[in-house]
Amino acid sequence: MSLLSQIPMPAIHLNVLATLAVIAWQTASHHAEDEDAALLERLRAGDEEAFLTLVGRHQSSMLRLARSFVSSSAVAEEVVQDTWLGVLRGIDNFAGRSTFKTWLLRILVNRAKSTGVREDRSIAIGDAGPAVDSSRFDASGAWMAPPQHWVEDSEDRLAAESMADEIRAALDELPGRQREVVLLRDVDGLTSEEVCDVLDISEGNQRVLLHRGRSRLRAALESELGGV
Amino acid sequence: MFRRRRGYVCQEMVELITDYLEGAMPRAGRRRFEAHIAGCEHCTEYLEQIRTTIQLSGRLKTEDLTPAMREEFSALYERWRLETG
Repeated sequence: MSLLSQIPMPAIHLNVLATLAVIAWQTASHHAEDEDAALLERLRAGDEEAFLTLVGRHQSSMLRLARSFVSSSAVAEEVVQDTWLGVLRGIDNFAGRSTFKTWLLRILVNRAKSTGVREDRSIAIGDAGPAVDSSRFDASGAWMAPPQHWVEDSEDRLAAESMADEIRAALDELPGRQREVVLLRDVDGLTSEEVCDVLDISEGNQRVLLHRGRSRLRAALESELGGV
Repeated sequence: MFRRRRGYVCQEMVELITDYLEGAMPRAGRRRFEAHIAGCEHCTEYLEQIRTTIQLSGRLKTEDLTPAMREEFSALYERWRLETG
């Protein structure tokens, strides 16, 4: 994502920016896979520094995901450590059929599930209400209280780091399963296939959870950015 | 038989948006979705906001390991090295 930081944000329409972000992301994610593979080779050869670099690269993703399953940050940290110990012990089991990250996160999810599970993970997948409150549409289903344009008066805010706090807070508010899918897809940039693999859910459920999660996040940002 | 179908209403659009973005809609549905977007500024705005939301999520920072964490993982590595002999 380093490309993004070099672009003067307010000058560019968000649409263009989103496209650029996707391109930068895809390139970055291939690059990341290659780097993981190289580090893994060094680790297999007994290079501790390569291990610490690998840990550092995935620490944030792992902690965020683990935290979604377990009841405290302390337990999440234990799950992450336990996962790495499992990785080291099973280092010869990684056959490269998936990316290293997918393999790593699968192990993490299995450990997290066996550690204890947060209450908000028990909410049924289909039971989540509409993407937008029905009071905002008229009887024919047309917008009555339409979304207000975000860009003009808030572009600087969208660009600003400050939005990271709002996103983080809104993610925390999501029901567990929605949060996990959004974290993996939109924060970590995994493909839908990889997310299904890591969380052991069907393609259809993945999409439902992603839809609910993204819709809720948008609604949370809307209340921050004015509009309704 | 081909028959003319009504367009989507806005309230349906906000529920179809992820299927659309995921490429999970049949071609006819995609066309109806796009026809609605072309004629509805509010749904265009909504689509834009969902894209912005996705993009903002993607910008969450990765934090570096703290020195204390580095120590812990270094100890973990040593433990494993001892195990394997």
